[in-house]
Amino acid sequence: MIDFIPTGVARILIYGFGNPSRKDDALGVLFSEELEQWASDKSYKSLSFDANYQLAPEDAAVISDYDIVFFADASQEDIHDFSVERVMEHQKAEFSLHYFTPGNLAALCQELFHPCPEMYEVHIKGYEWQLEEGMTKKARNNLGLAVDFMKTQLKSLLAKDHTVSKNFIA
Amino acid sequence: MTKKITIEPVTRVEGHGKVTIHLDEEGNIVQSRLHIVEFRGFERFVQGRPYWEVPVLVQRLCGICPVSHLLAAAKAMDVIVGVDPEDLSPTAEKMRRLMHYGQFFQSHALHFFHLASPDLLFGIDAPVEKRNIIGVAREHKDLAVQGVMMRKFGQEIIRLTAGKKIHGTGAIPGGINKNLSPEERDFLLKGKNPLNADKMISWALDAVNLFKFYHASHRDFIDKFAAFPSNHLSLVRKDGALDIYHGVLRSIDQDGNKILHDVDYSDYLDYIGEEVKSWSYTKFPFLRHLGKENGWYRVGPLARLNTCDFIPTPLAQKEWEEFKAYTKGKPNNMTMHTHWARLIETLHAAEVIKDLLIDPDLQGEELIRKGDKKFEGVGVIEAPRGTLFHHYKINDDDLVSMANLIVSTTHNNEPMNRSVRLVAEEKLAGQKMITEGMLNAIEVAIRAYDPCLSCATHAMGQMPLEVSLYNNENELIDRFYSYRRG
Repeated sequence: MIDFIPTGVARILIYGFGNPSRKDDALGVLFSEELEQWASDKSYKSLSFDANYQLAPEDAAVISDYDIVFFADASQEDIHDFSVERVMEHQKAEFSLHYFTPGNLAALCQELFHPCPEMYEVHIKGYEWQLEEGMTKKARNNLGLAVDFMKTQLKSLLAKDHTVSKNFIA
Repeated sequence: MTKKITIEPVTRVEGHGKVTIHLDEEGNIVQSRLHIVEFRGFERFVQGRPYWEVPVLVQRLCGICPVSHLLAAAKAMDVIVGVDPEDLSPTAEKMRRLMHYGQFFQSHALHFFHLASPDLLFGIDAPVEKRNIIGVAREHKDLAVQGVMMRKFGQEIIRLTAGKKIHGTGAIPGGINKNLSPEERDFLLKGKNPLNADKMISWALDAVNLFKFYHASHRDFIDKFAAFPSNHLSLVRKDGALDIYHGVLRSIDQDGNKILHDVDYSDYLDYIGEEVKSWSYTKFPFLRHLGKENGWYRVGPLARLNTCDFIPTPLAQKEWEEFKAYTKGKPNNMTMHTHWARLIETLHAAEVIKDLLIDPDLQGEELIRKGDKKFEGVGVIEAPRGTLFHHYKINDDDLVSMANLIVSTTHNNEPMNRSVRLVAEEKLAGQKMITEGMLNAIEVAIRAYDPCLSCATHAMGQMPLEVSLYNNENELIDRFYSYRRG
């Protein structure tokens, strides 16, 4: 887990991705949507939100307009409920680049539009992926925990005139 | 010793593809197959849902080309609400076309700049660390920026016509739900450089010229790599023009003879069959009257430029004439020329986008029409990767009772398998060691078709690779990973 230390003004993007029709793969998109609703209710206008089925190269241009980007995605990795990690540049080729990872975007953004924003990825544990609407109960619980965590962090970051840090400590 | 080489992706959800190549003791190719593990759950997923929900639901099928599925489903639902696809309001048809050509533009740009250009710029034997979009960005920054911005322009068109990235609602049964405001039009037409229609046309033309420049110095590779004769199938406009939104079905053979004569796509089941093979979950479509052995065909950019009689925009028409002249007017069966065809289509899409943007019908107020309800509808569209069929039946309660989809990658199943076989024989036969470059050659052949395993498998798509090498006793003796999602 990471701690956030607010020290200056920043533009923040929260970007969830995944397929809402594949059970727990909806976690990333719902993470973004729930926080967007919360930000709207709280009038936190300095936060921006985006969501898509998957990341694509043009997102390198999108994220270059921000100082800090939080990606959110469902995870099948061995984590308990959710985790947050700093995105490291990932330059390895894939057979197909139809699908981009946050690390791919970081590398592409750095090459084309540097300076690259500070990027983090919120991994939310999912369990089922079949073509069916509605998440599992455990995944929904994990989503709640991740959203609550991010609300706390963002409130802290936005405490001073709705401004946030550019220097998170992982 | 017989060796079995497996090129297999690792996916998080069901649905993936892999290549298996069997070598005998001398290293000769005994068998090669592209397996796509197809998941047919989507047809079941839409059954029981109200028909008007389907155009939105089907977008969830694929994060790569949701607009194609949206429009194919919307065309099928037009029929169900009693509106002939040729009798939409001018505003509705042109808004849909703008959405579709915008998607075409961004999809083709993605393929060329981000998927194909690393192979062309660095060579298929280049180190894998270099042969990717990051490598292109590092050594050809202007080209990479063009690719990103062309994608972004296309995505902006989709946003302004479909409504939003996820679950766009721009196309609905019988029409559309929004027109294009003058402000939105001007944003696309006169947007800040480079995001405007004129710059996109200019960049698309540059991309065609880039390919031709490369071709001039690599003729042997581009002309011969994985080349083989085939039939070709696509929609064409009734007058024979290239048309990716609507038309009739035409197929030609390797010599250019028409073998499907501009037929109504609603009758596709009369003309197209799907063979099931025991070793693949993906079906193998074929023209019924030619049979399984001879009736298979290609779809996609190469097929479209072979089947059409002309391209109805001036710059793309000029390029098409050069493309046709290269094969003296005969069908082009050179697999790597698919890249050339794709770039000519990209140019055409940019020209059409500009033409549409200056058409005042986009600001029209008649968005939707209705007629007498029917209980069955077929919608066909040319997706970036090829012809896409959506077929639905509904019951008395307006709920979907049957759905059948044939996606582009499924049509190209047999051609992709043939390409793999050809490359395997050329690059792997007689070899005692498998190199990264050899395996990439297989991928290059498949990549020419821009397959969307998301669609073919009906899963959200990733196509990373795991390469495994087995001996005749099925013991794993080596394995390569090209990517694993964390």
